[in-house]
Amino acid sequence: MQREAAIREPLILGDKSYKDITDDVVGPIQGPAPIGWKIMITISSIIAVYGVGCILYLLGTGIGVWGLNKTVGWAWDITNFVWWVGIGHAGTLISAVLLLFRQKWRMAINRSAEAMTIFAVIMAAIFPGIHMGRIWVSYWVLPLPNQFGSLWVNFNSPLLWDVFAISTYFSVSLVFWYIGLIPDFATIRDRMTKPFAKKAYGLLSFGWSGRAKHWTRFEEVSLVLAGIATPLVFSVHSIVSMDFATSIVPGWHTTIFPPYFVSGAVFSGFAMVQTLLLIMRKGMKLESYIHVKHVEYMNIVIIVTGSIVGVAYLTELFISWYSGVEYESYAFINRFSGPYSWAYWIMMTCNVISPQLFWFKKIRRSLTATFALSIVVNIGMWFERYVIIVTSIHRDYDPSSWGEFYPTNIDIGVFIGTLGIFFTLFLGFARFFPVLALNELKTILKSSGENYKKIQDKH
Amino acid sequence: MNKVFHVMYDDDDTLKTAASQLVAKGIRVKEVFSPFPIHGIDPIIGVKRTRLGIAAFMYASTGTALALLGMWYFMISDWPMNIGGKPSFSLIENLPAFIPVTFEFSVLCGAHGMAITYLLRNGTLPGMPATNPDPRTTDNMFVMEITTEQNSLAAEALEAAIKETQLFELSIKDYK
Repeated sequence: MQREAAIREPLILGDKSYKDITDDVVGPIQGPAPIGWKIMITISSIIAVYGVGCILYLLGTGIGVWGLNKTVGWAWDITNFVWWVGIGHAGTLISAVLLLFRQKWRMAINRSAEAMTIFAVIMAAIFPGIHMGRIWVSYWVLPLPNQFGSLWVNFNSPLLWDVFAISTYFSVSLVFWYIGLIPDFATIRDRMTKPFAKKAYGLLSFGWSGRAKHWTRFEEVSLVLAGIATPLVFSVHSIVSMDFATSIVPGWHTTIFPPYFVSGAVFSGFAMVQTLLLIMRKGMKLESYIHVKHVEYMNIVIIVTGSIVGVAYLTELFISWYSGVEYESYAFINRFSGPYSWAYWIMMTCNVISPQLFWFKKIRRSLTATFALSIVVNIGMWFERYVIIVTSIHRDYDPSSWGEFYPTNIDIGVFIGTLGIFFTLFLGFARFFPVLALNELKTILKSSGENYKKIQDKH
Repeated sequence: MNKVFHVMYDDDDTLKTAASQLVAKGIRVKEVFSPFPIHGIDPIIGVKRTRLGIAAFMYASTGTALALLGMWYFMISDWPMNIGGKPSFSLIENLPAFIPVTFEFSVLCGAHGMAITYLLRNGTLPGMPATNPDPRTTDNMFVMEITTEQNSLAAEALEAAIKETQLFELSIKDYK
């Protein structure tokens, strides 16, 4: 049996047995829906329906209903795309990278973080899709034989790399998530008494029976998928950053972008995980499994990635001056003192200053402070993308074509709508899916459960 | 008439000790059902290491080859285009731009190939019936399956040996 140092804080609090873990996770699925959940899903579905309405109006009318203009041809939509993809980075990072590093605390949070990833990537994929205007021909991004002569998509373009990166990331994350879900669905299947629910979970569990050989394969598949999903996480946001970095727009054309974007993505992803989990643990009474220590670990990741992002901001600022390129230098002077300086300073405060508060142990271990700061970071990361995208192109080489971007109601509606769709999906997940990787958690009960650690200390 | 013994334990370590005791007596354990992977049970009951990792490597290599072949055909052979003066008439010269898609496609093929193989080899597919002998094995119980067919001992001797372990429950069934 694996043993853990006595001074390590237990990961599972209270006097839990294997059965308690099952009951704590499956209980809320079997019981009636709590009133709080009903209220939240009603609100988020109304917002989702509004968002879908805005999208349909956009598709019916054309992308002229957005605030884009000749100068700022990429703004709100791509900001949202990058923001959602960034959020979608925490799930696979938690489940893949932390699996490779054998971090046991991931087990309490990986399931919901992966669900968040999948829903966030779906939200992200909406934006380039609807930006095409004629969404029904979006299959043109694929290299399919066609009737236009030998016209193929351009494999030299980062935009096409993105098509491959996002679709691979989405489908691999989905498979990784589902393979982990199968044994937990089997647990629910065997607990359900109502025939319809039993049948539904039976179908979802693919007839999983927990044979020894199957578990061996399960562990191998998890390990190999983690091994290949890890570079995938880094590649996806690197490619997203190359959408900008390979252009010749001042403010975009920098080699620092891939690591800067990847750490920013992890930073915002963890912030979103904190926002969601702090509500979920309370609502679903999972305080024994997701507790202060987990929150503290995540806050440490937030300090590290937030600091990398901070260093990246200062580096690009310094290099823009040091390069001696006047266009590059102006792009940054314009960022912090131009018409969008308010956005720049929101970004700086939210992303550089606020995560540094987590150096104080009291703040790092306070759930209220963490919740507040996680929202601050999410806002900051949205503004980071807005600043990078809009301020760089609204004033580039030719002053006669300078302009500004103002979002329309449809711009805002689509963004708020994706938040609604995201929360609706996540709430659906929280109600019907096993929100903790319960069978994986059972493997650490003896080494990291509070009751078992106490017995171990006595000997 | 053959008999099948389903020996239930309420702890993974107890099951592992019991399995070692029985195997030491020359008894073959057919299967173990558990709610989570019991580390160290495989060598005791003779489960071989899976070759899924090798399969994944092969799928991923196929992906690499297909991606390179595809891009060579689309961009170099079928319709070379001058895009901003980038090299477009030789695969080697154009390769740096092809690396991201090659990587992504390799991961795509490796991950999905492996996942599909895993599900097929397990026989865990949509609509398959559950085959665990007791619903508690997905919760907190651990079951060892032993058959008279696979063992030379008589049913009574097997039962006696099984009862020497710290079992929680025993069910004996006949089957053809």
